[in-house]
Amino acid sequence: MKQENNLTRGKVTGVIANLVMVDVDGPVSQNEICYIKLDDVKLMAEIIKVFEKRAYVQVFESTRGLKVGTEVEFSRGMLEVTLGPGILSKNYDGLQHNLNTMDGVFLKRGDYTAALDSEKKWEFKPLAKEGDSVVAGDWLGEVNENEQPHKIMVPFKFEGKYKVKSVIKAGEYNINETIAVLLDSKNKEVPVTMVQKWPVKIPIKSYKNKPRPFKLLETGVRTMDTLNPIVEGGTGFIPGPFGSGKTVLQHAISKQAEADIVVVAACGERANEVVEIFAEFPEIEDPRTGRKLMERTTIIANTSNMPVASREASVYTAMTLSEYYRAMGLKVLMLADSTSRWAQALREMSNRMEELPGPDAFPMDLPAIISNFYSRAGFVNLNNGESGSITFIGTVSPAGGNLKEPVTESTKKAARCFYALSQQRADSKRYPAIDPIDSYSKYIEYPELQEYLKENVAEDWVENVLKIKNILIRGKEASEQINILGDDGVPVGYHIDFWKSEVIDFVILQQDAFDPIDRSCPINRQKYMLEKVLDVYDTGFEFESFDEVNPYFKRIINEFKQMNYSKFESDEFKRHEKELYKIIDEKKTA
Amino acid sequence: METKAFQKIYTKITQITKATCSLNAEGVGYEELASVNGRLAQVVKIQGQNVTLQVFGGTEGIPSNAEVTFYGRPPTLKVSEELAGRFFNSFGMPIDGGPEVEGEEREIGGPSVNPVRRKQPSELIATGIAGIDLNNTLVTGQKIPFFADPDQPFNQVMAMVALRAKCNKIILGGMGLTNDDYLYFKNVFDNAGALDRIVSFVNTTEDPPVERLLVPDMALTAAEYFAVDNNEDVLVLLTDMTLYADALSIVSNRMDQIPSKDSMPGSLYSDLAKIYEKAVQFPEGGSITIIAVTTLSGGDITHAIPDNTGYITEGQLFLRRDTEIGKVIVDPFRSLSRLKQLVIGKKTREDHPQVMNTAVRLYADAANARTKLENGFDLTDYDERTLNFAKEYSEKLLAIDVNIDTVTMMKTGWELFGKHFTPAEVGIREEFVEKYWPKQE
Ligand SMILES: Nc1ncnc2c1ncn2[C@@H]1O[C@H](COP(=O)(O)OP(=O)(O)OP(=O)(O)O)[C@@H](O)[C@H]1O
Ligand SMILES: [Mg+2]
Repeated sequence: MKQENNLTRGKVTGVIANLVMVDVDGPVSQNEICYIKLDDVKLMAEIIKVFEKRAYVQVFESTRGLKVGTEVEFSRGMLEVTLGPGILSKNYDGLQHNLNTMDGVFLKRGDYTAALDSEKKWEFKPLAKEGDSVVAGDWLGEVNENEQPHKIMVPFKFEGKYKVKSVIKAGEYNINETIAVLLDSKNKEVPVTMVQKWPVKIPIKSYKNKPRPFKLLETGVRTMDTLNPIVEGGTGFIPGPFGSGKTVLQHAISKQAEADIVVVAACGERANEVVEIFAEFPEIEDPRTGRKLMERTTIIANTSNMPVASREASVYTAMTLSEYYRAMGLKVLMLADSTSRWAQALREMSNRMEELPGPDAFPMDLPAIISNFYSRAGFVNLNNGESGSITFIGTVSPAGGNLKEPVTESTKKAARCFYALSQQRADSKRYPAIDPIDSYSKYIEYPELQEYLKENVAEDWVENVLKIKNILIRGKEASEQINILGDDGVPVGYHIDFWKSEVIDFVILQQDAFDPIDRSCPINRQKYMLEKVLDVYDTGFEFESFDEVNPYFKRIINEFKQMNYSKFESDEFKRHEKELYKIIDEKKTA
Repeated sequence: METKAFQKIYTKITQITKATCSLNAEGVGYEELASVNGRLAQVVKIQGQNVTLQVFGGTEGIPSNAEVTFYGRPPTLKVSEELAGRFFNSFGMPIDGGPEVEGEEREIGGPSVNPVRRKQPSELIATGIAGIDLNNTLVTGQKIPFFADPDQPFNQVMAMVALRAKCNKIILGGMGLTNDDYLYFKNVFDNAGALDRIVSFVNTTEDPPVERLLVPDMALTAAEYFAVDNNEDVLVLLTDMTLYADALSIVSNRMDQIPSKDSMPGSLYSDLAKIYEKAVQFPEGGSITIIAVTTLSGGDITHAIPDNTGYITEGQLFLRRDTEIGKVIVDPFRSLSRLKQLVIGKKTREDHPQVMNTAVRLYADAANARTKLENGFDLTDYDERTLNFAKEYSEKLLAIDVNIDTVTMMKTGWELFGKHFTPAEVGIREEFVEKYWPKQE
């Protein structure tokens, strides 16, 4: 395969920050990777524009000290990730270099560590047999990766049909050993190992079809699951001003969601937040499997102080790793915090290339880039009848907290769930600060999902959810009236309407991400609480005057909150529930 | 700063703008330091033969035949114990009349810490100011700015915080400091007998604005020396980062870059993050904590500078004049320390989170009562009591002239609860109420 001698070479002719101009002596292609030989290190870079003999490359490193005339070597390949067993529980940079095997405290330019351990032996079990006809993505065998059935597949790059000539017998092998030999259409033997490579900017499409998603993906966050559910293979985004709780919410989802694999892309955000994951995930248990969360998680850490170009690459790296696991028939959850930083990386580059800018100086094609990216998520049926999914949730950090800006607007067109964090809710510590009225999930309108919820949660679930939303809107209207006309300027009924919506706010919407019990609420418990809350709603109350309403409902809320803080159906839980009904009876109309 | 032997002298400048000049030169490295008629400059763009230099001192009076020489290296700082107690300009040259510092020469603006080599911050920094320690606790390795209008006493508060914090070194990065403020810092540090643990890099309003761009990197290179080489806890003070950002926009505008929001460069987020992310807790001990100042205009935090800062830092401390008590307070609503969770109730008394949250909630009730009052509605008895509480809370805890330890802060909190409310009204966990509710005399 190697044709070192025919590789295109070039020489640096200009440098503006991490944009470098290179004059080349042969053919090059868009997105091709090259290496700039600066002293004794090689700096990786990617072609982002070609004009006649000149390639414009974005360097994934600092360009300090780079001079005109420096030699550049082109690789002929695009930016690729290495796919194989051992990706789980790794901490990678945006280009899939293993952060843990790098030397020293500080990152060094050109310290490109291997993504996978080539020594480690994996317990291999064959799945295909001699004579099978296979195509790209078909399963040849599997190894046990942290208790996940990690499928060894026909490499995604293989085109057309192949015949299995042989598969190695069960046993321990490392990733570079040949585990199968395939025959191509010309009967030529092609060896297959446990590793393959794939260019990150190209979606992996080795599946049969991509139907509309329909299964609820439980996140344990009440305001999401109950009010605006996301589905397996769905897309959503969380915009919000700084400090409104995007990261805390994403961390909660990454800990609790019903997923087999979680890929977290820390894209241009704080290093200390990633350190929190490094510190916590190896300790916290996944309640469903009893195994440590880290075992199902891969982290792509390209924090805000790491090179901007690899920040851009990091979301693609994370998505490609997700696609790899989806092709194994697994439920993958991918999170990116924050996609605005990725868009800003694009903006920085576009500005340096003096391209005609779009709104807010972002590149003109930003909406297309964002929607292409979101379209890589989804639920797929594989060729062998199994299914897999990638659920993708990104955060957006709108400038000045104003949602009328290009990244939010483009993302709104691409993602199906919108979880708007409100400054006002965050300020009054009503966490998670998801605005219940502005936010939406398009999935709840899907008959497929409604059917699923009826069958798996409750017959009247969808009606109840819509009812809750109406109560919240009604409560908001009542509170506006009270503010305008004064406490005693409105009928007592307005106060009751308002406080009934407050019950929903405090009991269903608000959830303490740092409380050991409240932080995660399974769907059966959500159903139980929703019914209790609706019980209160459906009860008629009688008050002498408006000033009785507030203290009374505060007591109701308090019992409900104690229930949320208690173990489900424990004695304590039941005690508060009893207390709750006692309070209800005090003021109930006959 | 000596230059290399056999160095080539260029004398033909092809273009001059307010902050940059260009010339044809060979063998020049990106970000290399140069001198233009004796003024320091740095390479910001290379296009074939054509090299663009950012002239830190400005280009006023630079002739088209100015002498340009290149240093063959980016800006550096010599680091050693000798830095302690010294005052330098933006280039790291002494301005206190003392000798040049001897030591290892290090490039400024060096690489980032590998995230997996960081340690989760866990040590509380006590300042005695309850608006900080009680409500917005600081932790070593944190980065946090004061958000304040230019007329707030942010430099005084910052100096006070620095002197009370238990740290081995304080590094002051002054950008666009007025001469009065510079002398103020010098005086307080001197009077506190703390000069020997302070290093200062100062650009005053008398110096050219573009020079400021070097100050944070100089300060942080010194900080990394003390924190990494000597495992010391270092506190870095950066004031005023808004003036730093203004200097960034001057240069980018001169280089014809397309401005984004508020005429700031599109790379503002990355530029600021590179500085703030130098805050770190090292596993072997040693830490860098950054306390900065971002001045606002008319309290507007949606402007690109505070907005990008808020997205980068771990919270913000908002200073505001409370007209009720006539003092500056740390606003409990708009301030936030994101790392406080790591220490409150763990390194401080168990009731800390509850006292903090309850007091802020009652203070919010008071704000609502005030709105009611302003709108001409009647106040309930509870409303009246929250207003009384708020005034005392502001006076005894939020005001920046408070100086007490955290246990006293919590005691004060309980006293105020007991004085104005019933246990049922504050809604604190049963066990804490039993333990800490003030006993009737
Ligand atoms: N669910 C929650 N429960 C309790 N506190 C919360 C919750 N969500 C957020 N907070 C508080 O808000 C702070 C900020 O949250 P977070 O870091 O998630 O904001 P963010 O939206 O990611 O901000 P940025 O855009 O600056 O990254 C947290 O440090 C925490 O104190
Ligand atoms: Mg965040």
